Amino acid sequence: MPEPLLAIEDLHIAVEDKPIVRGLSLLIHAGEVHAIMGPNGSGKSTLANALMGHPRYTITGGSVRYKGDEVIHWSPDERARAGMFLAFQYPTDVPGVSMINFLRRAASARRGSEIPVREFRQQLGTVLERLHIDEQFVRRYVNDGFSGGEKKRAEILQLGLLQPELAIMDETDSGLDIDALRIVAQGINATRRDSNATLLITHYQRMLNYVTPDFVHVLAAGRIVVSGDATLAHRLEAEGYDPILTEATEGAPA
Amino acid sequence: MPAAIKPDVQKPDIKKEAYEYGFHDKAAAAVKLPKGLNSDVVNTISDLKSEPAWMRELRLRALHYFEQRPMPEWGGDVGAIDFNDIHYFVRASDERDEESWDDVPEYIKNTYDKLGIPEAEKKGLLAGVGAQYDSEVVYHNIRKDLEAQGVVFLSTDQALQDHEDLVREHFSTIIPPNDNKFAALNTAVWSGGSFIWVPEGVKVDIPLQAYFRINSEDMGQFERTLIIAEPGAEVHYVEGCTAPIYSSDSLHSAVVEIIAKKGANVRYTTIQNWSNNVYNLVTKRAAAYEGAVMSWIDGNLGSKLTMKYPAVYLMEPGAHGEVLSVAFAGQGQHQDAGAKMVHGAPHTSSVITSKSLAIDGGRTSYRGLVKVYEGAAGCRSNVRCDALMLDDQSRSDTYPYMEIDENRVDIGHEATVSKVGEEKLFYLMSRGLTESEATKMIVNGFVEPIIKELPMEYAVELNRLVELQMDGAIG
Repeated sequence: MPEPLLAIEDLHIAVEDKPIVRGLSLLIHAGEVHAIMGPNGSGKSTLANALMGHPRYTITGGSVRYKGDEVIHWSPDERARAGMFLAFQYPTDVPGVSMINFLRRAASARRGSEIPVREFRQQLGTVLERLHIDEQFVRRYVNDGFSGGEKKRAEILQLGLLQPELAIMDETDSGLDIDALRIVAQGINATRRDSNATLLITHYQRMLNYVTPDFVHVLAAGRIVVSGDATLAHRLEAEGYDPILTEATEGAPA
Repeated sequence: MPAAIKPDVQKPDIKKEAYEYGFHDKAAAAVKLPKGLNSDVVNTISDLKSEPAWMRELRLRALHYFEQRPMPEWGGDVGAIDFNDIHYFVRASDERDEESWDDVPEYIKNTYDKLGIPEAEKKGLLAGVGAQYDSEVVYHNIRKDLEAQGVVFLSTDQALQDHEDLVREHFSTIIPPNDNKFAALNTAVWSGGSFIWVPEGVKVDIPLQAYFRINSEDMGQFERTLIIAEPGAEVHYVEGCTAPIYSSDSLHSAVVEIIAKKGANVRYTTIQNWSNNVYNLVTKRAAAYEGAVMSWIDGNLGSKLTMKYPAVYLMEPGAHGEVLSVAFAGQGQHQDAGAKMVHGAPHTSSVITSKSLAIDGGRTSYRGLVKVYEGAAGCRSNVRCDALMLDDQSRSDTYPYMEIDENRVDIGHEATVSKVGEEKLFYLMSRGLTESEATKMIVNGFVEPIIKELPMEYAVELNRLVELQMDGAIG
């Protein structure tokens, strides 16, 4: 087995001194799609934000190695430039900054040098077309006055443009109608490569109808309590979290 | 994220390096009056300029007002200004008000070359240029086609010689000599500034620019600008200001009067980038008549203390006034800026948009007045002021005054004070921008509503200045 893209080992995360994630371990290899599912309050969003280096989340133990490097002391921008990406559950707005300006700066940061205008426009045009996004969209200010669906599309647009090696999708499916969900899923599928990996964080199984994960993990009280393949997600859909969590805590095989 | 690491050494030096216009040239002035202010100084200035008697009398009357009036006790701290320690008049060269750039003395030309002024003119970005160096205008030029249409663009000194009747009819009518202590001071010792007269129906399509430079130490610059737009005329005037860094403070106290007659459209844009040892105490006021549009666009980046509240007196129905202002206060700076809208006639409208940024212990204040006189029915006014603080050491205050003596009006006011949010920073940084790049991007977005109103060249310049200031502060 080659070196994992992401190796999380016994990770503990606290928010304002309150432990949220308590001993989580996970290996993700290039080419894989992992889904982390779990009930509200299980620590899903905490994990997503802490992996990207959000300052409000404190790593109190364990390690996160990305391509072999310990990253828990890296700033968010260092992680981004190294190829990590977080699609936000609630992307913030940046009034007065146009999407196109922001995207160009982000694309330049990702490649490590100023991207020439013509090349950038070409890349952007391709991604916009693939995602059926009107060109006027990128003239608007970043997430300013966007509907919930538009914000998620903007995240997927960034995913397509920046081509991260590790994409963490934090509840990207929440608040989307079925058409928007399909477009978002297409966006994720279109970026799937043998060289990159995706970590889908979701409460519901419905996203997984469009993006088939290789592994499904169930998170409860800050730990992965059970892991399986895509069929685990179907079971969750059919039975809900309770029976599976009960089985897991009783030590029965999933 | 760990708390930002702040090296506690040499902050002031970083600032000085960041101010790129801090150089001065050492050529001796042709005339430099001794420090201090009295009637002899005022008479000498008037003599040197061979002025008509009425102007001399006005100056002396204003000096009296200046001496009588107390220092303002509101706004910023002006207590440290020593009026006896200032040169009130410095003539850089015997060659003045040249129309050809080649005739301007070499050392002055070099200064403006460093500031990039002649370049903008060469590129045809401007319809006319004036350059004031210390007390007097050293260069002046206007596009020939505008001159042919009767547009006058001169130094106010020259206008007093060439168009005395026009000057006399309008001078001090908008800002009387006893309006406030600093307007009185300016009226007593004024020198230089721009005089613009646009004849009826003439539209000046690209901006006229003036560039103000203080070079001498312990110098007071008191330019006097008067703009008259006849009915249906249009003009956009832009001024920029810089000064060298000296250990002692300088005083800049200008008066700007504007008259926008029926249906005229006047826009006045200032990018003030004085060094951080200049007291910038300026009175700016316009009168807008029937259906006229007057807008002030006011960028305050430099100075130690700025107190400036551009005003529009809306005199007749349909007049519209606008102030768009952006202020940036860094270490040791206080920007006390705002606007004043006086609705003196029915169906007049005004908009005030103020954006201020405080960083590194800087202080910004918004101070504004909207006044509606009784009987001015159907007036509309909208005030929006937003303050952004980049750290906990900085300070921002809002002083919005409303005096509404009429019921049938529509007045809106909205104010926000915020800090650069953790969520916004994290979002941008998660896309690969460094903390400093992300902060700058948020700040640029914050001032965007003002920037987009500027001509392209100035928009680029203002963005650059904001970034430069922030480089000094956040590294």
